[in-house]
Amino acid sequence: MIELTDIHKAFNEGQPNEYWALRGIDLNIAAGQVTALSGPSGSGKTTLLTLLGCLSRPTRGRVRLKAQDVSGLPERFLTDIRRQTFGFVFQQFNLIRGLSALDNVMLPAYPLGLPHRELRDKAEAQLAALDLGHRRDARVEWLSGGEQQRVAIARALINSPEVVIADEPTANLDTALSKQFMTILERLLDEGRTVLLTSHDPLVVESAVVATVVRLRDGKLVEAQMLFQPAIIALLLASLLSAWRCLPPQPLSPRN
Amino acid sequence: MKLWIAKQRYLADFTLASLARRKTKNLGLLLVFSLLVFVLASVMLFTSALRHEATQVLASSPEVILQRMVAGRHDLIPPGYIERIGRIRGVQKTAGRLWGYYYDPVVKANYTFLGLTEDAPASGRIKVGNGLARYRGVQAGNVLSFRSYSGKLFSFTVDAVLPADSELISADLVLLAEADFRAFFDYPAAHWTDITLSVANPQEVRTVAQKLANALPDSRPILRDEVLRTYQSIFDWREGIVLALLSAAILAFAILAWDKASGLSAEEKREIGILKAIGWETGDVIRMKLWEGLLISLTAFLAGYIAAYVHVFHFSAALFEPVLKGWAVLYPRFTLAPVIDGLQIATLFFFTVLPYAVAVLVPIWRASVTDPDAVMRA
Repeated sequence: MIELTDIHKAFNEGQPNEYWALRGIDLNIAAGQVTALSGPSGSGKTTLLTLLGCLSRPTRGRVRLKAQDVSGLPERFLTDIRRQTFGFVFQQFNLIRGLSALDNVMLPAYPLGLPHRELRDKAEAQLAALDLGHRRDARVEWLSGGEQQRVAIARALINSPEVVIADEPTANLDTALSKQFMTILERLLDEGRTVLLTSHDPLVVESAVVATVVRLRDGKLVEAQMLFQPAIIALLLASLLSAWRCLPPQPLSPRN
Repeated sequence: MKLWIAKQRYLADFTLASLARRKTKNLGLLLVFSLLVFVLASVMLFTSALRHEATQVLASSPEVILQRMVAGRHDLIPPGYIERIGRIRGVQKTAGRLWGYYYDPVVKANYTFLGLTEDAPASGRIKVGNGLARYRGVQAGNVLSFRSYSGKLFSFTVDAVLPADSELISADLVLLAEADFRAFFDYPAAHWTDITLSVANPQEVRTVAQKLANALPDSRPILRDEVLRTYQSIFDWREGIVLALLSAAILAFAILAWDKASGLSAEEKREIGILKAIGWETGDVIRMKLWEGLLISLTAFLAGYIAAYVHVFHFSAALFEPVLKGWAVLYPRFTLAPVIDGLQIATLFFFTVLPYAVAVLVPIWRASVTDPDAVMRA
């Protein structure tokens, strides 16, 4: 569904503090499954997630969404794609304070200009499906962490996106709430959505719901990187050497 | 179209909710902005109404006033001058005027005495301006005594108090009969303070003035237009003085409003990032913030202007009264006829609402064109 080819992403390019967050990522994201991006802090998980979600553009390389190259599209078109294809659940939830849960859920649909009644019904249905119907009029800052996350999920789903993107979804949740999130994840999967998330929480990464785990380190995919690790090369050479030693000695040809 | 309207409605809803969420900042901004418009509009409305009033009053005054000069000072018109003027072609009507100043030690103020030859009060009776009546506490039927410059005491019965509508120019006026005037000031018989002339054709006023200057070289003709211009200058000067005095405060208010409007809080920047990340276009964000700025500035403009209108036309510009009003020691109290100048409103609008809209728009634009991925890193 999403194909990345030789993706590089630099921050402050050309300046003394230039930093390459991603260095040559090739990746295919399959539709209808949960893909987790995992890795230590600073490995480039979030940067990769923003590229996959069309929140930013790569410095080099190609991003194809359903075979369409979106890496060079202007911001206006990216916004359109983002609105129609992706729903975002941010690590800090990023809800607008001072607004009710219902208003927050409706926000991404405002630019679409849907009839108010229809939009309201849709938002209420999303909140009810996440057991938040009774909290719809509460201001988001009055909600608990788990409730805030569910509001953020409802907001991500309001435009019926094909792909849900979640950045460290369990980072601010305790075990019980994290398990609750995994249940929601299963439901999203049952609805046929593709889910992309970053996490280093074993509860998420090792879950049966997660079909693919993409491991990153220093802006590169770990699997690809391992082939060139000096330790691995040394190990291979050592194996070859010991195998050669184990071979029976060959008789030398008489030289005359 | 329906879709566009629905979208604008959502933007307006969100804008109102945004304003309500930042009540303190927005109310403060509204207050400062309204105050700024109030001060500027008050000064503009007041001086404009005064100019209008002066023009109206002078419309019925004579086209030319002739004064005799001796050693560069205003002197009395001797007998025979009126007859000589009457023979100049183009002069329709001439009349001698008697007027002078009197210092009243009771209220420590100067009055203007005007001796009338037509429609004059009966001998021993006077008509007084509303300001004088107020300060001396007199009304029709009361007796007022003045000690003349020669030391003699004169008592007059107040015939009437002049209407309050004319107080702008009649606050300190005392109207009395010609004979009483001459007796009070020991004014020489057949002498006048100055002469008023009516000119049949308004186009000929300057020609007549030239003829007067030639025929009576020791006199100076004063044209109505010149008097009007002098009044206009006085009001312009007063307006300038007030604005100069207030300029520091106005500047401080303006800087405060600009600072408040142009500074985006971290919370606002974060919100813009969130809106962009969840699918709002840069244009939507800018439109929303523009609505917000326009709503504040237009509300402040209307509130400030209406407050200034009430202040000037219902409370006689009480705050600027001592500087802007009147040219006598007795401050007139009167209600100005409301005069609203479209150009003036447009000017005020241009210099208040537009800078505000720009002040709001620039930082919003800068914040809204940043990549929405910044919100992921917040």
